[in-house]
Amino acid sequence: MSNETDSPSVAAAPVLATEQKLQKDLETAFPDLVGKITLQRVRRVWADVPMQSLHAVVTYAKEELGFWMLCTITGTDEGAHLGLMYHLAGDAGIVLTVVIAAPKDGPGPQTLTPLYPQADLYEREVVDLLGVQIQGLPEGNRYPLPDEWPAGQYPLRKDWTREMLEVSKENA
Amino acid sequence: MTDKDVIKVPLGPQHPALKEPGNFTLSLRGENVTDMTIRLGYNHRGIEKACEQRSYLNDMYLLERICGICSHSHTTAYVQAVEEIAAIQVPARGLYLRTLVAELERIHSHLLWLGVAGHEIGFDTLLMYSWRDRELVLDLLSMLTGNRVNYGFNTIGGVRKDITEDQRNDILKATDTLEERTKVYAELAGNEVTLSKRLQNVGRLTKADVVRLGVTGPTGRASGIKRDVRKDDPYAIYSELEFDVVTSDHCDVFGRTLVRVGELLQTYKMIRQILKNLPEGPISAKAPRKIPKGQAVSRYEAPRGEDFHFVRGNGTDKPERVKVRAPTMVNMQAVPLMMKDAQLADMPITLAAIDPCFSCTDRMIELHDEGGATSGTYSWAHVRQLGIQHHLKRGIDFANLNKELASWRERIK
Repeated sequence: MSNETDSPSVAAAPVLATEQKLQKDLETAFPDLVGKITLQRVRRVWADVPMQSLHAVVTYAKEELGFWMLCTITGTDEGAHLGLMYHLAGDAGIVLTVVIAAPKDGPGPQTLTPLYPQADLYEREVVDLLGVQIQGLPEGNRYPLPDEWPAGQYPLRKDWTREMLEVSKENA
Repeated sequence: MTDKDVIKVPLGPQHPALKEPGNFTLSLRGENVTDMTIRLGYNHRGIEKACEQRSYLNDMYLLERICGICSHSHTTAYVQAVEEIAAIQVPARGLYLRTLVAELERIHSHLLWLGVAGHEIGFDTLLMYSWRDRELVLDLLSMLTGNRVNYGFNTIGGVRKDITEDQRNDILKATDTLEERTKVYAELAGNEVTLSKRLQNVGRLTKADVVRLGVTGPTGRASGIKRDVRKDDPYAIYSELEFDVVTSDHCDVFGRTLVRVGELLQTYKMIRQILKNLPEGPISAKAPRKIPKGQAVSRYEAPRGEDFHFVRGNGTDKPERVKVRAPTMVNMQAVPLMMKDAQLADMPITLAAIDPCFSCTDRMIELHDEGGATSGTYSWAHVRQLGIQHHLKRGIDFANLNKELASWRERIK
């Protein structure tokens, strides 16, 4: 194309320089993360973080590295445990995904609402759909399931089927 | 709340200013809003779970129906993630056409919004004009894809339909008309006192709050945040297009209007570039039925803000997990702040100004005679006549309606 003068091209060769710096910054601040950070492609960085370090890593990413947006939280059912992915973004266009493992039947991570107010709905979503036990989530309306939804029914868990809901309604 | 002067007013879940379910509980002191809580989820349909039970291709049609307006946005965000996992190289022409429909969709969405905004402030002339103009772009989308909304244009590996030279010229012609019309709206937004007086200082959201809440799309840009996924995290062919990110420092509904109108003008520029540089070649690459193990996130600047999709493949023909976040989810959380200390009467336009998502699938119909002999377009008078005959067969005679109403009134006296 003729008019690609000033915008940096995606396919420009010396890629991943910003991503590598991000990796180095994270590894310097958190030596435990060495070997846990993956540079998937340009602007896509993944970090496996222990649940206890979530707050420290995310706070550092927000305060020091400019990740001012929490795009969303993706919850997954990993079989033995639940996975939570915190997708962070900032002005550089990089998505830093912080991945933690949370227990299915025990206390989960601390709420991120003090850092990111928008985490409120995202956290309620993983509470409702996957049964993550987010600690310290302020009181408020549930999301997105109806108020009369039976307790202990987590539709996004892999073993959940619609029939389980019908059985639970009959018992109630 | 202990203050006796404060009363709580529920707004919604049915039709809270817009044709979309959501519940807002407003605490009012007189006419002023002191606090507000939101209850969402009335539209939860379990689409993410349903995606895990269908093939990758089926999911595309399902995700397309998340929203009638941003349907191409959701499918693009989704196929981009799938294509990344499966390492499918989409041919350049496919990416160009994908971007073309994306920008046409933006026109359709922004013109729709302009009409809704006009309607919410009692300026229905603006609604009539902007929706009339919107028909032009809906006709283009219908011509290109076969449908006015839910286009089914994307496929894994590219797009499903190529465009002809005639269609290319039709788009250019309509773009000229639309640009001319949009310039009228831009002038209107700048000079029309009714509009500026009604919208300025309504639904205020500071730049700091945009950053704090992560507000996205035109709502964020209208508070001076120069952030647009098309620039920051370019996808499709946006890195090859020349366009400006439109922002405003008004930080209110007026600013949100200026930004959307400004974005329309940028979009026309982009459409001309796409059609001028449209490369020759195939429009799609062959995609495997089974997608390998892997995961990807995909971002997309939808008309309303950032769409965020996550897809994880497990080596089968069905995804392990699909996660969707639409822009309204984050922008909605800024509405209580916009409404703080505002007047109750400002609620509809403030809510409408974030352009929350609702379905719009009504479409005009072209009738064809089943026999085929007289197939063609029916005139409005003819359709009306058919309707009258249809009801006559069922014993309803509209000609006698007034007479029957009168006798009915007599009976119930």
